[in-house]
Amino acid sequence: MEPVITAGTQTGHHPRPEKNYLNETTTVWSWMTTVDHKRIGIMYLVGTLGAFMLGGIFALLVRLVLLTPDHKLFGLQVTAEGYNRLFTLHGAIMVFLFIIPSIPGSLTNFVLPLMLGAKDVAFPRLNLASFYLWVTGALLAVGSMVFGAIDTGWTFYTPYSTTTQGGVVMMTMAVFVLGFSSIFTGLNFIATVHKLRAPGMGWFDMPLFVWGMYSTAVIQVLATPVLGITVVLLAMERVLKIGIFDPKLGGDPVLFQHFFWFYSHPAVYIMILPGMAIISELIPTFSKKTIFGYRAIAYSSVSLALVSFIVWGHHMFISGQSQLATVVFSALTFLVAIPSGIKVFNWLTTMYQGNIVLATPMLYAISFLILFAIGGLTGIFLGTLSTDVHLTDTYFVVAHFHYVMMGSTVTAFVGGLYYWWPKMTGRMYSEKLGRISCILWFIGFNATFLPQFIMGSQGMPRRYFNYLDQFQPYHAFSTVGSWIIGLSLFMTLGVLLSSLRKPMDAPDNPWGGTTLEWATSSPPITHNFHDQPVLEREPYDYRPAGVSGGH
Amino acid sequence: MEQQFDTSKLGMWLFLTTEILLFGGLFVGFGMMQNRYPREFFEAHEHLQRGYGAFNTVVLLFSSWTMVMAVNAASTNQKKKLVMFLWLTILCAFIFLGVKYFEYSHKYYDGLLPGRFYSHQALDAVKGTYGQATFFAFYFMMTGLHGIHILVGIFLLYWLVRRSNRGDFDSAYYTPVDLVGLYWHIVDMIWIYLFPLYYLIT
Amino acid sequence: MSSHTEATHAHGGPAVYTRNLVALLILTTITVGAAYVDFGPGNVVIALSIATIKAILVALFFMHLRWDKSVNTIICLAGFLFLGIFLMFDLLDFTSRRDPTPRNLPAMAQPTPVPATMNPLLTPPPKPVFAEPKAAEGEGAAKEK
Repeated sequence: MEPVITAGTQTGHHPRPEKNYLNETTTVWSWMTTVDHKRIGIMYLVGTLGAFMLGGIFALLVRLVLLTPDHKLFGLQVTAEGYNRLFTLHGAIMVFLFIIPSIPGSLTNFVLPLMLGAKDVAFPRLNLASFYLWVTGALLAVGSMVFGAIDTGWTFYTPYSTTTQGGVVMMTMAVFVLGFSSIFTGLNFIATVHKLRAPGMGWFDMPLFVWGMYSTAVIQVLATPVLGITVVLLAMERVLKIGIFDPKLGGDPVLFQHFFWFYSHPAVYIMILPGMAIISELIPTFSKKTIFGYRAIAYSSVSLALVSFIVWGHHMFISGQSQLATVVFSALTFLVAIPSGIKVFNWLTTMYQGNIVLATPMLYAISFLILFAIGGLTGIFLGTLSTDVHLTDTYFVVAHFHYVMMGSTVTAFVGGLYYWWPKMTGRMYSEKLGRISCILWFIGFNATFLPQFIMGSQGMPRRYFNYLDQFQPYHAFSTVGSWIIGLSLFMTLGVLLSSLRKPMDAPDNPWGGTTLEWATSSPPITHNFHDQPVLEREPYDYRPAGVSGGH
Repeated sequence: MEQQFDTSKLGMWLFLTTEILLFGGLFVGFGMMQNRYPREFFEAHEHLQRGYGAFNTVVLLFSSWTMVMAVNAASTNQKKKLVMFLWLTILCAFIFLGVKYFEYSHKYYDGLLPGRFYSHQALDAVKGTYGQATFFAFYFMMTGLHGIHILVGIFLLYWLVRRSNRGDFDSAYYTPVDLVGLYWHIVDMIWIYLFPLYYLIT
Repeated sequence: MSSHTEATHAHGGPAVYTRNLVALLILTTITVGAAYVDFGPGNVVIALSIATIKAILVALFFMHLRWDKSVNTIICLAGFLFLGIFLMFDLLDFTSRRDPTPRNLPAMAQPTPVPATMNPLLTPPPKPVFAEPKAAEGEGAAKEK
């Protein structure tokens, strides 16, 4: 088997192939029936970005209502229920249609098999099925908006959700379907990592992106079924009036919260681990330096996944669970902060004395480090019982989770999108405009959410549209910040889409990365590699080619 | 080929784990409600017919045996035996569902139906009779979901019969038989836990 | 693959499966019988222990875990482990709930007087700073995070 492809090559091995995965077949039907992980990744990308836009519109509307205290939106009067619907749909769309499926479905689907030197994922048809399940779930979710939008908050707490009017059952069906989409994606990635690695690639030769996605997949497989049964129980209670969650029917509302958060806490790690996985790729590449503490980051990814399952009660400190449970969950919550801290220190140490290149993806990575530090640390305030009693259900919580979900995961997602854009499309985007979009993002994000920490600590409750006069300037500032975010994201969209008008002339390895996806053409051929790659260098080996590296 | 078989098995086990957690959630809910209404749950379970439950347990265990014998036959190129054992498994599944039908109709006549259809006695929060209604709500949800899995299993087994008759399976390739077998055993395993929890615990 | 066939022959086989079925049937008989005897709280323990043994027998022999690669066993155990975590923490909560009424507080001899400005019966609360649109339906869903 001739040429052995080694990672770390800067020059493209092959002349640009005539046919790649994009133009090999061009009919709509060939896309709709594809089992190519790269095409499925592109379809997921388009779908989840569409969901992001929809959720974002709801966010902008929410912030517009809060701009002034008179509940007016473009001159129309917003009722309390109307406001409830706006933030519920914002949350539900963002969580279930965008954040959970986006990185695994789009970037990971595209990049993971390439990084492992494989032709595709373990179960390509299941991959396509996952995508169609996502589409079905999205249609059901949008349908539920039409047939009576829900106003329960994305957390569907009982007994309000079992008794309120609105399309709760349809939305819970959407969540059920989306849950299975997520499960099958996770299942696929676990099998792929176990079985389809290139010859010579042991577990500790894999890129850290794969470790992060493997950990994510483990959570997806273990946690999501419980969400499935939760929404089934919720629907049964609504339709059949079974008394599990409603006190008037003999049930216990805290039981619902246990069920819901057993999934939803690990779910937030499904959201952050892929972001961290991307950062583990961006930092070494743009510091031109081997990652510091490979094993520490790998082990911390897996331990984060596992420990995430034993802390869910910290969402329920004041809900009525027992004091003993509260204390236990709080103590365990401190534990879960440790692996994240390990990663941040390792990334920083990687950058230290590295040859930093401030390309757009790296600017997003640095933004991630700052925003994640803030988001993660504020999580500790919320995990501490005494402070949580004051901060829970205020804007402090809203700010915290936006810093980790948006300031960290979305930042990493956009950074990864810029990073792998040349590989996916064969084109380079405008670096200058890309950097400007990142600066706008950083400014807009902080402008939106920093004031919310202050508001929350002063007592502004979440999910309320009435507020005291003292909060008006903060709300106004936050709303203007949201416009800057919108501007930044539209700019990113413009930068990336306009690159598509250019000819396909991106090099195989524009960034000098050392992982296997850079050892094939941009964009790759349908079968990913001309010959089976065999790994001969250690991961993230930035020593010049020719220096003996190897195992 | 070996790697593909191993990969498929790995994937199947991952899927079965999700089934364990899916049903497990219902078990946890049942457990919590039992904790809340221990007396009513005990009284409610007296309405269940232990004999039917025990018979169904034996039927499912036997069907697990016929299933693994079918897999064994496939792996040793014994097509006739494979088809025979698959049909026996399907037969057991139908017997199971038949017994469940009798049990369900018995509940129907007694008014022991889930949620809003419960008419056996007046629901009274003070007297705690909600506990009984909740027991039957869980009973129907869990046996119902289990029954759906049995039905799906029947379709899968019949699909295997068709493919076996076509000669699709031999000792080199019998992956679908093995995978459906694993699924069937999980369905059996769920009943192994369901039976004592509902019918036997006093 | 012929090597796989040999493996299946060497492992498993009709004799093993039939012995397993007999064991399972015996255990079923025991568990049904035990249900008719009153062991108090022991009944739950016995029933669930026997069920677990049966499940292990099904998994090891019928589902082939005894002779399979260990990764499959790890996956199966992981499912039960995390289910167990869910159950244990929920039980921890539900069984340690206390009656919220504290019983050890001495009766308050002189309750703290409420100033007149904070007593809604004497001083009406200040008007809200915003205009109520119509008959208010209350605040947005005041739920936990």
